[in-house]
Parts: sequence; structure tokens; C-alpha cells
Amino acid sequence: MAMAIRVFLLLLFLSYSNLAFSLYEDQVGLMDWHQQYIGKVKHAVFHTQKAGRKRVVVSTEENVVASLDLRRGEIFWRHVLGTNDAIDEIDIALGKYVITLSSEGSSLRAWNLPDGQMVWESFLPGSNPSKSLLSVPTNLKVDKDSLILIYSNGCLHAVSSIDGEILWRKDLATEGIEVQQLIHPLGSDVIYAVGFVGLSQFDVYQFNAKNGELLKYNSAVFPTGFSREISLVSTDTLVALDASRSILVSISFRDGDIGFHQTHVSDLVQDSSVMAVILPFKLTGMFALKTNSIMVFIKVTDEGKLEVLDKIDHVKTVSDALPFSEGQQAFALVQQGGSKIHLTVKLGHDWSSDLLKESIEMDSQRGLAHKVFINNYIRTDRSHGFRALIVMEDHSLLLIQQGEIVWNREDGLASVLDVTTSELPVEKDGVSVAKVEHNLFEWLKGHMLKLKGTLMLASPDDVAAIQRIRLKSSEKSKMTRDHNGFRKLLIVLTKAGKVFALHTGDGRVVWSLLLHSLRKSEACEYPTGLYVYQWQVPHHHAMDENPSVLVVGRCGLSPNSPGVLSIVDTYTGKELNSLGPVHSIVQVIPLPFTDSTEQRLHLLIDADWHAHLYPRTPEAIGIFQHEFANIYCYSVKADKGIIKGHVLGKNCFLEVADEYCFETKDLWSIVFPESEKIIATVTRKLNEVVHTQAKVIADQEVMYKYISKNLLFVATVTPKAIGAIGFVTPEESWLVVYLIDTVTGRILYRMTHHGSQGPVHAVFSENWVVYHYFNLRAHRYELSVIEIYDQSRADNKDVWKLILGNHNLTSPISSYSRPEVITKSQSYFFTHSVKAIAVTSTAKGITSQQLLIGTIGDQVLALDKRFLDPRRSINPTQAEREEGIIPLTDSLPIIPQSYVTHGLRVEGLRGIVTIPAKLESTTLVFTYGVDLFFTRLAPSRTYDSLTEDFSYALLLITIVALIVAIFVTWVLSERKELQDKWR
Amino acid sequence: MGTKNQRSSHSNFFFLCLCFSLLVSSPSLAFQSDELLVDDEEFGLEGGRSPDLDLDLTTSTRSSPPPPPQATTRTQATRKKSSDPDSDSKVQFSLDHAFGDSDFSPAGTFTARLKTGSHGGQTLTKLRFSRNAFTETEKGLFKKLLEADDFYRIRVPSNVLSPPGRDYIISAVKARCIPREGLDEHFVIHMDGVNILAVNYGSTGSCQYPRQFKFPAKWYFNSHTVLKNSEVAPRTQAFTEEILGGENGEGEGIKPPERSFWAKYWMYLIPLGLIVMNAITQAMNMPEEQAAGQSASQPQQPMAATQRGQSTVVRRR
Repeated sequence: MAMAIRVFLLLLFLSYSNLAFSLYEDQVGLMDWHQQYIGKVKHAVFHTQKAGRKRVVVSTEENVVASLDLRRGEIFWRHVLGTNDAIDEIDIALGKYVITLSSEGSSLRAWNLPDGQMVWESFLPGSNPSKSLLSVPTNLKVDKDSLILIYSNGCLHAVSSIDGEILWRKDLATEGIEVQQLIHPLGSDVIYAVGFVGLSQFDVYQFNAKNGELLKYNSAVFPTGFSREISLVSTDTLVALDASRSILVSISFRDGDIGFHQTHVSDLVQDSSVMAVILPFKLTGMFALKTNSIMVFIKVTDEGKLEVLDKIDHVKTVSDALPFSEGQQAFALVQQGGSKIHLTVKLGHDWSSDLLKESIEMDSQRGLAHKVFINNYIRTDRSHGFRALIVMEDHSLLLIQQGEIVWNREDGLASVLDVTTSELPVEKDGVSVAKVEHNLFEWLKGHMLKLKGTLMLASPDDVAAIQRIRLKSSEKSKMTRDHNGFRKLLIVLTKAGKVFALHTGDGRVVWSLLLHSLRKSEACEYPTGLYVYQWQVPHHHAMDENPSVLVVGRCGLSPNSPGVLSIVDTYTGKELNSLGPVHSIVQVIPLPFTDSTEQRLHLLIDADWHAHLYPRTPEAIGIFQHEFANIYCYSVKADKGIIKGHVLGKNCFLEVADEYCFETKDLWSIVFPESEKIIATVTRKLNEVVHTQAKVIADQEVMYKYISKNLLFVATVTPKAIGAIGFVTPEESWLVVYLIDTVTGRILYRMTHHGSQGPVHAVFSENWVVYHYFNLRAHRYELSVIEIYDQSRADNKDVWKLILGNHNLTSPISSYSRPEVITKSQSYFFTHSVKAIAVTSTAKGITSQQLLIGTIGDQVLALDKRFLDPRRSINPTQAEREEGIIPLTDSLPIIPQSYVTHGLRVEGLRGIVTIPAKLESTTLVFTYGVDLFFTRLAPSRTYDSLTEDFSYALLLITIVALIVAIFVTWVLSERKELQDKWR
Repeated sequence: MGTKNQRSSHSNFFFLCLCFSLLVSSPSLAFQSDELLVDDEEFGLEGGRSPDLDLDLTTSTRSSPPPPPQATTRTQATRKKSSDPDSDSKVQFSLDHAFGDSDFSPAGTFTARLKTGSHGGQTLTKLRFSRNAFTETEKGLFKKLLEADDFYRIRVPSNVLSPPGRDYIISAVKARCIPREGLDEHFVIHMDGVNILAVNYGSTGSCQYPRQFKFPAKWYFNSHTVLKNSEVAPRTQAFTEEILGGENGEGEGIKPPERSFWAKYWMYLIPLGLIVMNAITQAMNMPEEQAAGQSASQPQQPMAATQRGQSTVVRRR
């Protein structure tokens, strides 16, 4: 009996000792989540198959072409083209191929509509950059083959839609024409290419579609010249604005005869003080003109006369005309007022009647409507219904049908600019008893199920239930702080100027805020978001305050443009304060000081190298003055090849006295020779924690890491080697890496890699830097590591010295001391090209580190730092082996199990962010690109906690069983002994 | 070579200096060579070329005895003596200094030999530095710096042939770091051909924090200058033979799937073994127990005897 119990218990414990090595199939999705996005939609082509599979094909600003389900908004298939392969146009050919024109009109691809497989691809050569136009005529057949017409790079191409073969090609660049439109009148074999030559000449070319033969050429000169906007009203009429934007010119070119008809804008619109703009919507028989805030719809009669149809205020966008039943055409216009959005669908030739008029309540955080695409369907009562796809200011995509939002996609998250984190609120006391009792039953049930699963008694249904419980576990998506620090808010700034808070448990959007300061306005024409910083992290001083983040942006694209700042509460998602436009912002330095309300001091450097202190309070100034002499900053001028160090000086000398503004003085400078161009600079993460400075190496020796927060890694290459790989020979290309102290401007280390070139991706942590570059001689990518050690502390090895206090370990370190450092370096081949490198970071820095490498395949590979140890040698000694040194190999191993993204791909990967959890063994990893991926990593396994699915019930039962067993055996032995004694 | 820079009244230092200059200017004392001059240049060239050896040239009379690297270079020089008769020329560039926010003024001159290599590459060798002593006004300014704990800044041109080149190289140090016995300063000049990239300027040793405010005992400079070129990264070794062995070696450490049968199933095997053992022991006990059971019907006395016997057997097992 006792033996049986022992065996049983042994079995139980053994089943637990088999801890997870990597990830099992049923653990996917437990602590990670993956979200797929597409980005802001540029074009949408509806495709309504009779089979009932309703889809829309879209192309986006993130260079994605995707097919979406119209019912639910899910992605059927998706392709992310390269970063420099922007999609110009999309269309559908033959009813089964999606045609995309990309890379400034030089590559044309056809994708199979149902599954997204690429059918063919053709390269369209051409030398003169020009507008890219794609036209897929519906009824243009050449030997059973439909033609696709493309105008790009100054050439007109006709491409077969079956195999992508170029059937004919006409170079129009030699004629000097800038083609604006390709027109194919229905049912004819003629193609019109219309455009401008120079400023004032209008040309019409007629081509035979079958063989590209030039049929006719006409040109006419309009004396005052044109502005480049045109709108095609019918197949033989165009409307353009003249150069002064005050005269509308309708151009008719029926049978090649060009006729101009002028109308003054002021005749049509009274308020013509503002520049008029022709909007690029494709409508029939009319066009839209925008002046000030009013949109004017103007009809063009057969004689070329213009008639104002309507003037509508608050119109945000108009769709292209959509042909539906028997030559009728419809288009939609979207108006916005208050929190509502008004969708009106009108018949093309009859302005007075509306086909559809709907008002939809719209979340104010979505901003204005930017684009609308409509699609028709047959209702159950055989009438025509319309649905609209609306692209909003925050880049989200919505489908509207029957006055409701059927689905929406938060596609703003495809363009994440910066990420920071925020803690969740602490759980409040006072959980009701009833809740506990209810939970107790659930809890027991859950554990019984788990127990069954562990003992392999579970039926498939039970297994499914276990999996469901695991995935749904309310524990991980709670809105409170947890003991292990796994639950946090990821504060994400997107390109649209919207801030999202994502819950790390399941990736849901907790709140979102479209920042007013980052919206397009008259004061701020091109707002761009830059960074997010933790502004206030309530600690022990100000527990009751909510944490907040600082969002930094600027109005415009150049670094000199004025900056905007706003502070956002991370619990409520409300903007607490916004400033701007203020001085320009080129650099933000979070200082290691906080004021009494735990607001972090930030130093913002403007383009004139003035430093501005935030928050602008006297208290902050007080703290700042105290540390004034010890604040240094540096600037990297990559275009000039100069790095300069600065120290703060007196208050700025401005017209208005500003005590929060300081001048900077140049302290040091490094001027790189003409033969070197800076391509990468990397510093350590400011919040990185280093557990110990000492590193015990083999035979009980100690090395001291040179840990300085002020180290800068710089990589330069020869000017010739800046381009892509393959354009430079190894002899004329070299890479120089530097380690620079940013306080004194000392070059601590400098090394040249001959025959190597960028791009360089690097990561700096503790006392080491790892960088990735291309070795031209070996034709391979390489990863190199530099470790830097402090020699000035190297004599502190004597135990007696340490005991007697005769050491310099506690003396403050000054940057002005002459550094006695030694560096170690080693290089290894690495198979992948790299998109981003990061390193895991843990709360105390005890856990060994892993490099996280975002590979070209959009996956994240975890590579132990031990593989990048410059002390690796081919035959390590026994002592070194014990220390954990791996024998040297020329290339780094890629172990398939160590992909942290396992089977998933983070399309368009751009960045990897690691966040320490409270649990020392664990680090949180957030990867962003077009997709988002979040997971939890334990580089040295979870040595400090039980796994999440540890069955406490089983442990309890075991203990109870053990106690029972003890008693039973005790009673048994007592009895036996008694029997023995009675003998 | 050292004597012209600093005039020292100490005769013993003068003697030491003389010894030192003799040692440097006649490098091949060991072998009576008539190619003294060429040899001398060669030595400089060597120092400039080899990346690991810093051409350390101390210009002060208080400097330490001749550093050992020179000896090594000299031996190398003899090896490379007649390789390429390079053309060379003298080049001079100035060191400027500024006190706090003041403008830069001349403070000294660097002289060096410009070597033109066989394939056109130019390098500087044999750097010498002559430091101007502080004038009275400069002393005053420097004292002010010491009081305010401000920066003493220096600058050199970024190109030694066409100063100032693209821009001046500036470096700075807190003035309180310099005074020791005299004024100790240390230059590390990072060169790339004829371009100066950066100057690491500071005190020769450590500079304690908080910085102490004290005036130097003697107002003259102890300057140490080091010329540094870039290190060249070793080529990544591509070993073909070792690959097999290396893979095997690392396979042990990092390939968990490739485990032995025992390693994979030990958690099942051990309990199984235990069960089997248990079963065997029970099977062994079974006959005896049966025997005991049979004897139960027999009178008490013998049974107890047998039982006692059995129990001893069990206990002994």
C-alpha cells in the first residue's frame, strides 16, 4: 500500500518536473498575441462574386495589398510589399486577377483573387519618372486576351492580362508630354492619352489599342497655362484649372479636335478669394471643386458650359462614380457634423434625388472621414442597396451598411511610431465573498479538469475546455496590476497622431485618443508624431496620481518646424495638457530627476541648440539648478560627419525672458574625415539595470565591466558604400566602429572592418555592443561583438584589500579620469539579414540576456548572448567550459525552436521593444511593424516561479494524500509492532 | 630632442634628458650601422603604422624613462629597414587653448614628419610637441577657472596639411583635473591619414570627484602625447575542418531534441523500474506469506516462531 502511494506520488512529481523547454502546441496564445493589420487604405476595389463570397481588395499606405471579408472585415489574404515598393494603383482584370502597379509604375503584378497567389509579374522599363496610371478597360479584347494599359516612367505599355507579357510599348517621354489620363471609350479600339506639354500646351494622342499604332495626334495651346489638376468628366471632356487657379477650362477633344471653354471661378462661386482646387474624384458629367470649406459640384453640359449643381458645406469626401444597373451611376458623399457622419448616395445624372441617406453615430476619436468607397448589392426586395467603406483620419477602416457600422478595423496600429509602457492601477481591497464562493466552484472545476488532463484521463471535449479556460483566463486581461508585473498598458503612438493603450494580456485597445495637437489644422499643416516618453510614474511620493505620458510631435517634416507636446493620462486616456506649437524639437533628453509629484524632468533641445526644461515649474528649475553642472548632451550631425558635445550655459538671450531655456556651449567635437559617413549611432537604454559590475571568469579571476551610461556607438562607412550591397568593391569599402564617451568626447575604441559595409544594426547593453553588417569579402552578413572592461578596478582582486577597505570600488567615477579600458572583440557569420536588434531586459538584470533579432523573414529570433562572447575560443579550457564558454564556431547557430514568434510573422517588422516584468526571470517583448506581436520571454527559464498552469489543487490533494498515507502507515506499523510485542 | 622644449634648472634632469635624447637619436647603438638616418625614419614609420603601438613621446623633462615600446620598434625597424624609401616632409600644426568662454589663443605647436607611403597614403609619424608656458595673464585666467571649476578647452585643426580643415577639433577638461605637482596633461590624438578625428584630452591619471581646488606647485606643463590609428578588425575565421567538430561540440549544449532514449523517457522508466522491482519483491514475498497464511490454522506457538523468522528475513532484506 505504502509502496503504491509512493510510486503514485513519484509519478506525479515527475510529471511536473518535466518543465516546458520551449513552447508546446497548446501553449500558443497563452501568453502571446498577434494582431494583423493592413494600414491606411489608399484604394479599394470591390469584388462581388456571384458565389456569395463577398470581398474587397485594398491597397494601403503601408504597401499592403489585401483581400478583406466584407461581412466581418477579416483578412482573406494579404501581401506586404517592400518598403520602397509603394503601390500606385490597383484594379481587377478578367474578374479573377488583382492587378497592382507599384514602385513608381515599374512593376506590375497579378494576384489570383481567391487565394492571393501571384500569377505573373512584369517589369516595365522606362527612364523618365512620371505619373503612374493603370487602366483596365472592360471590353478591349485582342485575340481573346484582355489588355491592361499602363502609363509609367514616360512610356505607354499594353500588357496582356493573361500572362503579363508586354504586347506593345510607346515611348512618350521623347515627345515631352506628361500624360494625365488614359481614356478608353466604351466599345472602341481607340485609346486616348491626354496630357500637357510644358505649361500651356494640351496634347491628345490616339492609339490603336491592338497594336499601339499612333492614329492621330492633336495639340492646342492655352495661352495662360494650366495648373496640373484635371478631372475627367466624360470620355471626351476634361476640366482643368488655369495657372492662376481663377479660370476653369473645359477641354473637349471629340475626334481629336480640341476645344477650350473658359469660365471664371468667380462666376460660379461668389467667395473666390481662396484658391480653388479640383478634387480628384471620378464622377460622370460633373466634377467637384473645393474653395475654402465649401465643396461645389459643377455639371458640364455637352457644349462645355458649366452649371453649379450644389454647394455643400462640411463635405469631407466623395466616392468615385459606381456604375450599377443599365448605365446608371451612383456616387456617395460623406458629410460630418458633430459626432455624426452623414452618408448620401446620389444618382449620377440626377442631383435632386438621393438614393440613400444615412446618419451614423461616429466615435469622435476617429476624426474626419478621409476616403469613401461604395459598392452596391441587391436587397431582398430586389431594390438596390449600397454599402460604403470609409477610411477615417485615424487610419481606421469602417464598413457602413443600413445605417450601421458593420465592422471596423483599427488599421492605425499598422504604423506604430513609438512605444512606452504604463503600469495598471493597484487592485482595490474589498472583494465580495459571494464572488469568491462562486469562483471557488469554478476554480475547483477548472482544477479538476486540469488534473484530468495531467493524468491523461481527459476526453477530447475536456481538452478543448481546458484550452478554452487557459486562453480565456480572466486573470491575464484584468485591469489591475498583478504580482508578477505581466499586466501592463502599452502606450503606442501611431502615424495618424492617435495614441492607443493596449493591454498586454490580450492586446485589446483599452482606450484610444486622437491627439488634437497632432491633427491637421491651419496652424499645423503636416503634423508628425515623434516619440512617447513616460512623464509621470507615480511611486511612493504621489501614489494617488495617475501615470501619464508625454507625446512629442512636430508641425512639419523638417527638424526646424515647431514642436507640439501633449501629456496624456494613461488610465483615463484623456489629454491633461497640450502645448504648442512651441520651439522646434530635435532631441529629447529624459533626465534622471523627478519632482515632488514624480513628474520626470525633460530637456528638449531645439534646432538652435537651446535647451528647454520641462515641466515648466519653479520646483523643476530648483532641482535642475542643483545638477546643472553635471548635465551634458551631444549632437550627431550625420550629414556633416561631426559629433559635438555640449554643456549647458546661461539662460537664453531671447526677446522674451525665459528662465526655462538655456544656451549650450560646445565642449568637444569629433570631425570624421571625408572618407567616412555616419550610418548608425546607438546608445544604451536609459532604464537599463545592471546587476553587477564584476564578472567572474575562469580560474576565479574577476573582470570589471566598464559600465557608463554615456557611451555612444558610432558606425561609419566610406561614402561609396552607403548604397545597397553589390554596388561597391571590397577594396573601396570599409566600416569603422567607434565607442565614444559623450561627456568628454574621448574615443575609447576604434576599429576598422575592411571590405565591409552597412546597413548597420546595433544594440548596446551593459558593457557590450553587438552590431550587424555585411562582409563583402566573405559575401556574408556578420555579427560582431565588442566588450569593454575597466582596468582601473582590476587590482581589486585581493580579498584582504577588500576587507581592509583598501580598494577604490566605492569611489565615485569621474568621466574626466583617464579611462583605463581594454576591449575584446570577435566576429561571427550570421545567415540572416536583419531588420531590428534588441536585447532582453529584466527587472534586476540578473537573468542572462538574449539578443532578439528581427530577421528579414519578419520573425524574431532569440539568440543567447553567450554565443556572442569575445572570449570564445576553438578549444576552451576545462575551466572556461565550466564557466559556460561555448567553443568558437565561425557562424552563429540558428535554432528553429528559438524563434519567439514561433510560426507567426510580424509583417513589415520595424521595431522590437523589451520591457522588464516584475518577475526577475521574465521579460515582455513587443514587436511592431504592420502587425503587432507580444510575448513573454524567460531567457533562463522561469526559475523563480511555477508555471501558470501549475495545478495547486493537485498539490493540495498530494499533500492530503501524503498526510493520510503517513497516518495509515503509522497506524499500520503501530498495530504490527503491537502484534510483534504480543508474540 | 627633449631639451629644446622645456628649460629646466635641475641639472640632474638635464643629465637624464641628455641620456634620453641620446638614446632616441641613436637608435641602433647595438650595431654600428651607417644608415642611421634612414633607420631613424623607419622607426617613426613603424610606430605610425602598427596599430597597437602608440608612438608615445613625452616632451617634459619630468617624463618617465624611455618607454619599452621604443625598443621593440627599433628591432622591428631593422627588419623592415630597406623596404621602401619613402619621401617625407615636416609638418607643423598648432594647439590653441581657451579659458572658459574666452577665445582661442595659441598654446603650443605639434611637429611631425609626414610620410607618404608607396601607395599614396600619408601618415604622420614622430610627433613632437612644444608647449608654451603660461604667461602671467594666462595664469590668472587659469586660476579663475580653478576657482569656478570651469572648463579648460583646447583645439587642433582637423587636417594637419590645410588647417583648420573642415572644422576644429575641440576637447575640454575641467581645469581642476590638470594641476598635480605641475600641470599634467595627456593627449591621445586619433588620426586617419592626415586627418585628426578627435583628441582625448585630460589629466594623466584619475580625476577625483568631487574635484579638489588646489593650485599647482609649479607652473609648467608635463605633456604626454600619443598618436593613435584605427585598429583593424581581425578577419572572421572561416574554418572548414573544425565545422564538423564544432557542430558536434555545440550540439551537446544546445540541441535538446537530440537526446538519448534514456534522457527522453527517464521519467517513465524510473517509476516503471520501481514498479517492476516492487512487483518482484512482492512476488518473492508471496510464497512466504502464503506459507504464513497456511500456517495460521496451525497452533499459536509455531506460527509465532515462523512469523518471527519471516520478519527477520524481511528486515534483513
